[in-house]
Amino acid sequence: MVREEAFSDADIIPRCMGLLMSKGEIVAGCLAPHPPHLVYAENPEQNEPTAEGGWEQLRWGYERLRESLANVDYDAIVLLSPHWQTYIGTHFLGLPSFKSLSVDPVFPNLFRYHYDLNIDVDLSRQIHDRAADAGLAVKMMENPDFRVDYGTITTGHMFNPQWDKPLVVISSNRSRDYYSVEVMQEMMIELGRVTREAILASGKKVVVLASNSLSHRHFTTESAIPEDMSKEHIASHAMHLWDMRMIEYFRTGQSQRILDEMPEFTEQAIAESDGGGLSWLLSTLDVPNYPGILHGYGTIIGTGNAIVEWPERHHKEASE
Amino acid sequence: MSNGELVGSYIVPVHPHTVLAADQNEGWGRLRDAFSEASQRIKDSGADLLIIYSTTWPSIIGHQIIADPNPEWVMVDNDFHDLGSIPYSFNIDENFAHAWNKANEKRGLKSRTVAYHGFPIDVGSVVALKLLNPDNAIPAVIVSSNVYANRAETTVLAKACMDVVKSTGRKAVAITAMSLSNRMFTKPIDPLDDQIHSLKDDEWNRKILEFLGEGRLEDVGQLSRTIHQQIRVNKVVAFKPMWWLSGMNQNRNNLTGEVLAYEALHGAGGAVVHLDPTASGAGDKEYDEDDVEYFLGERNVLDAQNDEEGTVNQSPSTAPTQTNGPALWEPTESDDSVNSNAAPKPVGAYPHARRVGDLLYLSGVGPRQPGTNSIPGGPIHDADGKTLNYDIKAQTHAVVENITRILEEAGGSINDVLDVTSFLVDMDRDFKGYNEVWAKTLGKVGPTRTTLAIRALPTPIAVEMKVIAKAPVLE
Repeated sequence: MVREEAFSDADIIPRCMGLLMSKGEIVAGCLAPHPPHLVYAENPEQNEPTAEGGWEQLRWGYERLRESLANVDYDAIVLLSPHWQTYIGTHFLGLPSFKSLSVDPVFPNLFRYHYDLNIDVDLSRQIHDRAADAGLAVKMMENPDFRVDYGTITTGHMFNPQWDKPLVVISSNRSRDYYSVEVMQEMMIELGRVTREAILASGKKVVVLASNSLSHRHFTTESAIPEDMSKEHIASHAMHLWDMRMIEYFRTGQSQRILDEMPEFTEQAIAESDGGGLSWLLSTLDVPNYPGILHGYGTIIGTGNAIVEWPERHHKEASE
Repeated sequence: MSNGELVGSYIVPVHPHTVLAADQNEGWGRLRDAFSEASQRIKDSGADLLIIYSTTWPSIIGHQIIADPNPEWVMVDNDFHDLGSIPYSFNIDENFAHAWNKANEKRGLKSRTVAYHGFPIDVGSVVALKLLNPDNAIPAVIVSSNVYANRAETTVLAKACMDVVKSTGRKAVAITAMSLSNRMFTKPIDPLDDQIHSLKDDEWNRKILEFLGEGRLEDVGQLSRTIHQQIRVNKVVAFKPMWWLSGMNQNRNNLTGEVLAYEALHGAGGAVVHLDPTASGAGDKEYDEDDVEYFLGERNVLDAQNDEEGTVNQSPSTAPTQTNGPALWEPTESDDSVNSNAAPKPVGAYPHARRVGDLLYLSGVGPRQPGTNSIPGGPIHDADGKTLNYDIKAQTHAVVENITRILEEAGGSINDVLDVTSFLVDMDRDFKGYNEVWAKTLGKVGPTRTTLAIRALPTPIAVEMKVIAKAPVLE
């Protein structure tokens, strides 16, 4: 399924030269969850419903993440969202801009967001092409009527409310559903590898975002006031334990253990890592062994959510 | 009560190929023709309402029902965006949607209507309505598929829907938008090369269609879990539309079925099936699953931090606990008392049961739930004394469950019950429902029984039972 030989012989020299000559860089990788409740609670002008706040621990976490990157220069954001679910390979938004109304089909009472975002089509296509070369099934999405999923928009808004950076938006290939967590992870690690290569070859400075929750068992009911924080808690003790285990790995730079335990975590915590985002993210960062910065943790309708930054620029500076 | 009815049921595929690319593959074209045939049959039936249960609209917070009278947008599929766009403008029966929502709530379901501009109608519903109702002549209603719903919840959803169909006198058609086997090829294919993904999937699909062709809908419903394990990719939604459709058809197995088409859609199994309510003449088979009327599932999770789990090992206290209703007490303890953390707290200083010799004497047992103190089936009046509608069957079931918990705490079982005195606050209204549940539960155990009408009980409940049971032998 994943071709071991990524490049033909004729490709090797020019591609390697491209890598050597470029100054492309991943300045940071972030776990940046997307429950629409966060945008709802922020009351941005783009979102129709209004809230009395709520989920502050996570929203303050996003504030800390934005502050952490405030003085970091970058050109684009590469984002993988589990709510653009594709079953026939991995897809990439392939038009320069998308403008429409996104209504969450699950929480339409909270999220009806008027978005207007730009795509770095060149970088999208570069990652697409390298993924194709690596044997992954990929497709560019070039239908102008396509509506961008709410996961992309929520993470996009919470990470960069100014929307002043172009995005590369990658779909979630549901290979876990078709095969297993192990196969999903093999494919996502490969996709992460080519994503990294494409970024380095592009000469651009990029932030990579995995838009997913940790444990993902929802409540099936909702309080009369959705932002009533007296009703918010983790779905179960077992979910809490799994979330804390993962966070400990994040904070201590044990990324390989995360990958090693991904099958158990994904199945036992019903984790949203099933969409491949976390595996992909760690692969784009070359499986970091330096600590991630935990900017926040909180629950949303029972699910566990962490905001984590791996400042690869620091890692790179330290290693230099 | 009017005489509304279901005049037909249909199973249709969800992929956009039948709308956008029917000319690219002969099989897709045959599915399109079958949609047209089904559309004509619906018109000929005189149907005045289309009810769609769509597997491509997953929900988390209970079930959602479209209530926008005229949803309009342009649908693009997540995977097959290169096939094109599908503009839509549908005719939704908002009144029915709201009535169904209320009926759901009356039966204990979490439910809400959705009427927001720009709400994304899912691909399965768009395909179904574009092809079955191309001129929007028949108003429709669309319901989501809850990712966590089990068979009981899905069955109650169907019963609530039929409550409204009957009470409003509608001639309704039930439609499930779904695949059979749903494993697609994971790479693009030439349309001419389309086929069912595997021989195994094809064989299962043909067996399902054999059943449906014979009108054996409930048989497929009972096989749903097996089918899901065998030929379904583990997507968010399980193979539960058959539960809903069977519930809409009173779990019958003797419908008149006809498979109008069966073809591959990028490897998945797509079929158009018509199930006519006319009895096929075949014997109706047993229905061996719980015929639930009221959903009693976990709905108090948001109050979990208020439950008493953290205090179960503390010493019993007779101090009343402040709750919404009469004060609750810790059950009193003595050498022969039997108290259970799995039973609702008393409303006074008494134990759940006492053991005397070979007998257990239980205090009056009502339907209140342990921990939350909620009343399945709803309270009979609110805090201001305003009368409320409630479900006597759900309350009676809950009483029996509480009795069972107390007896199990004592080391026995429901089969130990010898004598029951039942108290009803409204004999005229409730005796029938109470008696039905009795027959299915304690009636099978066989205790003696006395049923009394009384003016009120301490909490807003309609039924309470006083039980004497055999005490289990102590080791």
